[in-house]
Amino acid sequence: MSAQVPTPPRWARWLLIRLHPEDTLEEVEGDLEELYAYWYRRGERRATFRYLLGVLSVLPPLVRRRKRKEDYYQPPSNLHPTMIRNYFKIAYRNLIKQKGYSFINIFGLGTAMAVAMLIGLWVYDELSFNQYHSNYDRIAQVMQHATFNGKVESQVANPALMGPEIREKYGSNFKYVVQASWPGSYVLSMGDNHVTKEGIYFEPDGPAMLGLRMLEGTYAGLKDPYSIMLSESVARSLFGEMDVVGKSLKVGRKYDVKVTGVYEDLPYNTSFRNVKVIMPWSLWLIDNPWAKTMTNPWGSNFSQTFVQVADKVAMNEASKRIKNVKLDNVGKEEAKYKWVVFLHPMSNWELYNEFKNGVNTGGQIKYVWMFGIIGVFVLILACINFMNLATARSEKRAKEVGIRKAVGSVRSQLVNQFFAESYLVVFLAFLVSVLLVLLLLPPFNEVADKKIEFLWENPLFWFICLLFIAITGLLAGSYPAFYLSSFQPLSVLKGTFRVGKWAAIPRKALVVVQFTVSIVLIIGTIIVYQQIQHAKNRPIGYNRSGLINMGVEKEIKDHYEAFRAELKSVGAIEEMAASNSPLTGIWNTNGGFDWEGKDPGLAVDFPNSNVTYEWGKTIGWKVKEGRDFSRDFATDSSAFIINEAMKQFLGFKNPVGKILKWEGEPYTIIGVVSDIMAESPFYPVRPSLYHINSDNLQNLTLRLNPAKSPSQSVVQIEQIWRKYVPNVPFHYQFVDQQYGSKFASEERIGKLSAYFAVLAILISSLGIFGMASFVAEQRTKEIGIRKVLGASVLNLWQLLTKDFALLVLFSCVIATPIAYYYLNDWLQGYDYRVTISWWVFVVSAIGALLITLLTVSFQSIRAALMNPVKSLRSE
Amino acid sequence: MRRTYLGEFEELVLLMVAILNGEAYGVTVTQEIEQQTGRSVTFGTVHNTLIRLEEKGFVRSELGGATAERGGRRKRLFSITAYGSRTLQEIQQQRSQLWQMVPPTSLKVSGA
Repeated sequence: MSAQVPTPPRWARWLLIRLHPEDTLEEVEGDLEELYAYWYRRGERRATFRYLLGVLSVLPPLVRRRKRKEDYYQPPSNLHPTMIRNYFKIAYRNLIKQKGYSFINIFGLGTAMAVAMLIGLWVYDELSFNQYHSNYDRIAQVMQHATFNGKVESQVANPALMGPEIREKYGSNFKYVVQASWPGSYVLSMGDNHVTKEGIYFEPDGPAMLGLRMLEGTYAGLKDPYSIMLSESVARSLFGEMDVVGKSLKVGRKYDVKVTGVYEDLPYNTSFRNVKVIMPWSLWLIDNPWAKTMTNPWGSNFSQTFVQVADKVAMNEASKRIKNVKLDNVGKEEAKYKWVVFLHPMSNWELYNEFKNGVNTGGQIKYVWMFGIIGVFVLILACINFMNLATARSEKRAKEVGIRKAVGSVRSQLVNQFFAESYLVVFLAFLVSVLLVLLLLPPFNEVADKKIEFLWENPLFWFICLLFIAITGLLAGSYPAFYLSSFQPLSVLKGTFRVGKWAAIPRKALVVVQFTVSIVLIIGTIIVYQQIQHAKNRPIGYNRSGLINMGVEKEIKDHYEAFRAELKSVGAIEEMAASNSPLTGIWNTNGGFDWEGKDPGLAVDFPNSNVTYEWGKTIGWKVKEGRDFSRDFATDSSAFIINEAMKQFLGFKNPVGKILKWEGEPYTIIGVVSDIMAESPFYPVRPSLYHINSDNLQNLTLRLNPAKSPSQSVVQIEQIWRKYVPNVPFHYQFVDQQYGSKFASEERIGKLSAYFAVLAILISSLGIFGMASFVAEQRTKEIGIRKVLGASVLNLWQLLTKDFALLVLFSCVIATPIAYYYLNDWLQGYDYRVTISWWVFVVSAIGALLITLLTVSFQSIRAALMNPVKSLRSE
Repeated sequence: MRRTYLGEFEELVLLMVAILNGEAYGVTVTQEIEQQTGRSVTFGTVHNTLIRLEEKGFVRSELGGATAERGGRRKRLFSITAYGSRTLQEIQQQRSQLWQMVPPTSLKVSGA
């Protein structure tokens, strides 16, 4: 036996040292070594085996842990109220000490939360549309599909017989069937007090179906034709008080009706929000006797039908059952359009109101998704900032962690401390966001055309807010809480601690995500505005400046020439004309046209408007071929003027002088005018025609005298109007404003995406600003040394800015295809659209880069200008 | 009165600590058990039992001075507490009482 003390296998000892509890390691190691020597006397192999067995028997989970002294008494909890108070006190001091950092965090996160909250409120409003009605999920509108030239068109207009027929043949499927008119403006008179209010005509079950909340009277108020139900606001504005049931008033200056009920005004997020008065359908039939005497009652669609399905019937079942209502009642000529009647449920009216080729393709829902996603992204951007700044600061706080640990802080206390800080910031940000939302709601409602209120009393809303605070605080606080608190005090304080080069990778990735979102939004905003501008620049076919539009009253029709002459003689207007459709809409389309060489299978439906002789002169249309209407030709009463789209459609090389038959009557084409943009400027102008007829004139168009100011002229017009029509309020609109409203929905998207782009940029810049400041601070010494060795300010600026610039350029590369894909998709929805040009992407990239450079340069130039004596003096 | 339960092996280890009288630590207790009873025990069992006995208050421990023989590592020396020795004595007393109650014939194995 050698004198040398035998030693156990190294790897077994290594295992012991790694895994055995630290506090009993020394004694166990010694004991086992001694035992090894003891066993060794009886053979090395046996000793090794027993040693191994011994080591294994003291490894977790077999080993019993020795309780530490302090475990014998109850240590104070880390969540003791005093400790919690201390966490927040220290958190507060940290916030105050670093004002800039705190501001960036609180303000950035607060803004983002406000945006997300606004979007959330908007989405909530959209999703709860029409839910005011208690029978919301059982109400539907009866609609029709028809096939014209192979294309399926869907419409809400129905024959007046639709309702009664459904009630009679399929009545068991429905609780209520209600035939209704279009909503329209009606003059209500109480003595000399005249007001114009929006109203609708319903069959008697209408109020019960909509579940109106009656303040006075009952649902049975529409039984008598000469009755009316008022909304609370109308009752108050007309009578100045409630308790008005039984009082009488005059509708349309014709019919004396009795008030039979008052209902609570419908809220703004319902489809019938504008309906302020409800009158009986039977009164409408009295007012429009032609509806009962027409020869082909199933051939004309001029009213609406609503139903409530019976309680036990499924909506789609009922829809299938009624599909042939119309087809069963029309002749062969109409049957070729393959009418299919179906139900469009109320829950889809707002969000899924578009039909393409007979299929419900969505609608507003796409904006709900789009803005919902933007909201989530903005929030994520802000959370990213929060985390980024925390990681950027981690090296600085590492020393603090070391010292705290050295003086006895337990890890869980550090974790609590960091969480207290993040929750304090998140909570303050939440307060900021609530304030911002309260401030921004009115302008937001204006832009979004909503009446959204803050949901003070909605428990779900508060629950979501709390949940959000909890999640954000956790996300933003978890990195410092768990990573920083794990540092070894020794290595941190010795200064050997280094954050690995990989630590910056997630931070960089987050910056790339932020800027990608921002750049996509910038590109989106530019292209939406381009598209709007593109459509605005489209020739509209007439001169819209100084044109006003108003309705025609009976008195005006009776004294048309006198009225016109008087307005001209006082110099208020240059010219005036009346027409069926206004300049900015199409109120009438008709079939029944025939011409030489027409394909007999072709179904046509042309917009047409009857006008007075001065129409062309008033609006200033451009006659391309032939001539305008003229009183000098007696034959002009059976003449058409067509637009260029019509010329193309008919395929006549020289249309002037050709004959077009309408319901068998021959009309001569006397002129071709340039296309007039009456409908959406994003779609092609339909083939249309104009003719002279004084029957159904509903709109007056007046060209104001350009020599006078418009307000002056309008005052004069109003005076003369009052002379002729004393009891109808004077109401007019500028045509260019009416035209402008065609862009409302696109401009809304443009405005919203511009706001969001600005916000995203702001939030991203705040984040980058914070990061740049920390990077500059971290590299203070390096910069000092570089300066001493002769680096110029420009060199240093480059050094500090390059990294950020590269990240942003990288974001541009990612953002370009994403933006192209989505915008191309959006533009496909418009027939008349702008082409996406490459410079938009370049401009957006340069813009983002400039903003980054500006943000970062502020910090980097400051760092570069620092006196190296100062930065190197410390320590 | 409930007595703290002392298992068979615990009793054995406690006895060894008493026998070794101030010289008891992991090695000596293991060796002593092997030598006195012929039982082969793993070190971990002894180690865990000693810790458990200390938690229950039968023994106390302290780290001894550094020694040259085991790489300078200190030993944890165990000694019996007053409570421990009283418990051992009680056990012995009870056993001998019980022994006296055993009728002499009952231990004779029939047919042996």
